[in-house]
Amino acid sequence: MHIDHSQPLEYSTQQNQLNILGFWIFLGAEIMLFATLFTAYFTLEGRTGSGPTPAEIFEITPVLIETFVLLTSSFTIGLGIHAMRLGRKNAMMTFFGITLLLGLCFLGVEVFEFMHYYHVGATYQTSAFTAALLTTLGTHGGHVTLGLFWGTFILLQVKKRGLTPETANKSFIFSLYWHFLDVVWIFIFSFIYLKGMM
Amino acid sequence: MEFLEFFERFAIPHPSPAIYASMVAIALTSIGIVAGLTYFKKWGYLWREWLTTVDHKKIGIMYLVSALLMLFRGGADAIMMRAQLATPDAKLLDAQHYNEIFTTHGVVMIIFMAMPFIFAFMNLIVPLQIGARDVAFPRLNALSFWLFFAGAMLFNISFVVGGSPDAGWTSYFPLAGNDFSESVGTNYYMLAIQISGIGSLMTGINMCTTILKMRAPGMTLMKMPMFTWSAFIANVIIVFAFPVLTVALIMGTTDRLFATNFFTTESGGMDMLWANFFWIWGHPEVYILILPAFGLYSEIISTFSRRNLYGYSSMVWSMILISLLSFLVWTHHFFTMGQGALTNSIFSITTMAIAVPTGVKIFNWLFTMWKGKIRFTVPMLYSIGFIPLFTIGGVTGVMLAMSAADYQYHNTMFLVAHFHNTIIPGVVFAMLAGLTYYWPKFFGFMLNEKIGKVTFWLLTVGFVLAFFPMYLTGLDGQARRMYTYSEATGFGPLNMLSFIGAALMAIGFVTIVYNVYYSFKNSSRDIGSDPWDARSLEWATHTPVPEYNFARTPQISSSETFWDSKKNGHVLFKGEIEEIHMPNNSGVPFIMGIIFFIAGFSFIFALWVPAVIGLIGIFVCMAMRSFEKDHGRHISVKEIKETEEKLGGAK
Repeated sequence: MHIDHSQPLEYSTQQNQLNILGFWIFLGAEIMLFATLFTAYFTLEGRTGSGPTPAEIFEITPVLIETFVLLTSSFTIGLGIHAMRLGRKNAMMTFFGITLLLGLCFLGVEVFEFMHYYHVGATYQTSAFTAALLTTLGTHGGHVTLGLFWGTFILLQVKKRGLTPETANKSFIFSLYWHFLDVVWIFIFSFIYLKGMM
Repeated sequence: MEFLEFFERFAIPHPSPAIYASMVAIALTSIGIVAGLTYFKKWGYLWREWLTTVDHKKIGIMYLVSALLMLFRGGADAIMMRAQLATPDAKLLDAQHYNEIFTTHGVVMIIFMAMPFIFAFMNLIVPLQIGARDVAFPRLNALSFWLFFAGAMLFNISFVVGGSPDAGWTSYFPLAGNDFSESVGTNYYMLAIQISGIGSLMTGINMCTTILKMRAPGMTLMKMPMFTWSAFIANVIIVFAFPVLTVALIMGTTDRLFATNFFTTESGGMDMLWANFFWIWGHPEVYILILPAFGLYSEIISTFSRRNLYGYSSMVWSMILISLLSFLVWTHHFFTMGQGALTNSIFSITTMAIAVPTGVKIFNWLFTMWKGKIRFTVPMLYSIGFIPLFTIGGVTGVMLAMSAADYQYHNTMFLVAHFHNTIIPGVVFAMLAGLTYYWPKFFGFMLNEKIGKVTFWLLTVGFVLAFFPMYLTGLDGQARRMYTYSEATGFGPLNMLSFIGAALMAIGFVTIVYNVYYSFKNSSRDIGSDPWDARSLEWATHTPVPEYNFARTPQISSSETFWDSKKNGHVLFKGEIEEIHMPNNSGVPFIMGIIFFIAGFSFIFALWVPAVIGLIGIFVCMAMRSFEKDHGRHISVKEIKETEEKLGGAK
């Protein structure tokens, strides 16, 4: 395998470059996926039937905690990639570990939030609004869950195999995924929660 | 008794002798295949060479075979519909069977015939045209195929297990909801299309990456062969259109299985949201099919006119324009569903605008032929037949685009005639032209030209007879999707004519099978690597193509670099042969296809335990892939030289 040392480790082979470009294109598809979910949500948010309206069920505290935790995790994974570029394996693993822990916190609060919706009578079947809300949040949360497993697998590989062109490539791609989930969350925070609470 | 009750869910809700006969036929065919594989000891061969392959050429051939099989399945549906409508008040099919048949005909032909057909050509041709070893992600490519195949098999068993979908290929809600579609049929629709759609999306990502990053040295974007350009644009559309379908299908599935209210008519649900989502995917989808067809015509017309393609850059820009416009026209599928005059007018204009770049392409093909030395081979006949027939389809499309007039045409046979008039001469003719044109490259012999010409004329005459009468009955008010009509309507004679046309087309398709058989037995194997005297890079390697495609990476000078090397002294291959890195085969994509099939089947019948186990299985496969060390293998210089000598000397 030809390794180009003028490039950062994650870009150093042809396959690595293909993987990164392919993942960007995948993120393009993911943007369409979430755009469709947002379209459905905006179309259906006022169609609450006999169920509650957004303003009746949204609570600011868990949402603020989720936002703070997820935004911080995006920062820490950025530090992790920076450490990886410097070749500092332990620092990189620490930052990735912190990122995954923050992701787990986010998920815990989101589960709590979903239980709250259930208790106030906003279930998956209640109305078109609740179905669109829970599908959009659930798709994002599902992505985070998948990311927790994926990130853990990558951490284990970095631990065992060190920083190779392959593990660096995987870590970098995972960081793109994680940042993307953060961007989606900013849209969810602004256009679902804040808009719904106003 | 409980045991029997469990199995009752798999019974056909609306059986007929024909369905029972199909069950027997399916069982016998399956036994025959298993017995044949065992008797000829081909299980190992099948596993090693096909089920585990990651080679783009073999995957392409598997797509091709699947597409042809599905063509016959969808064709059988078509001929049943035409037979039912051939005479007034016919009793061949009842309303329910007719509903199921037009639904499966549409889905099979679009999703499981046309899509794999274009994927077949993309897989077979694109890496060769850009001088690459394979696609960017060979293993993902195999997974794409097996997901398509799992979806296709799932959809095709619906009519013998549990009942077929019956809400039309558009599956509009609330008709497709549980209230009006009680059987599991529409669950099949949601899950089978979902699974193969995920495969299509992966192909889109794979092909975009391949074309952007793996072109041979010297091949700038504007030196790519036209088929590669068309494949690239089609795949960009796939990446942006298929996620919309994914979301719509998930919502449709949860409405049916988990009683959500996305598309229902209560608790705030909005049925028109499905129609909008479906067509935001659905309209780009028809361009996903037609653009690679345009690409094939471009290759064929320039080869058999012995001229370079007229207006290369206008061809590229018109395709880019078509791809953008394809996302801005979806509302024209339901002008009559109450958007108001302003919205309808906007979508009328965007729809008509598509005629402009399409017209540019038609004129470019005509100018390519102008003063060319035209050879009337079978691929060229299809291409020449395509131009006037497709133009008629385009003109009736502009008629339909006028929203005020559409109130007369909407949901009539006029519409049915229009879209078949674009899809058959547009896509199907291109696929058959491409099949004939590229057959020698992948199978080592040519298809018989005489039989091929008979096929062409049967299909063309059959097509005109089958579909042109529908324009007339449609304008007279014959509605689509109606299983019968009374004699007093006067639709009888023209429908009989349609049936005769459909029968001619059926005979035409049978002659293709005969042609393969006849040519396999009688055609010369000594055809060289360039039997058509072609122009682009895929003809610069040996026939049959070695697994590494090119022993040395080709050097590109223009969009017709192979022609340059034949006529203008361009040196295509420079330097020494070097070791070649190839990906390893893997059985995991095939196994994942099986797991997707089982999980999909379980969701369809709401069998939650196997469904959850299936989902876990999918994630386990993904996790195993993450930990796997897969560095591929190397083909040594000695091996390459031996292969090259065997195939006719190092080129």
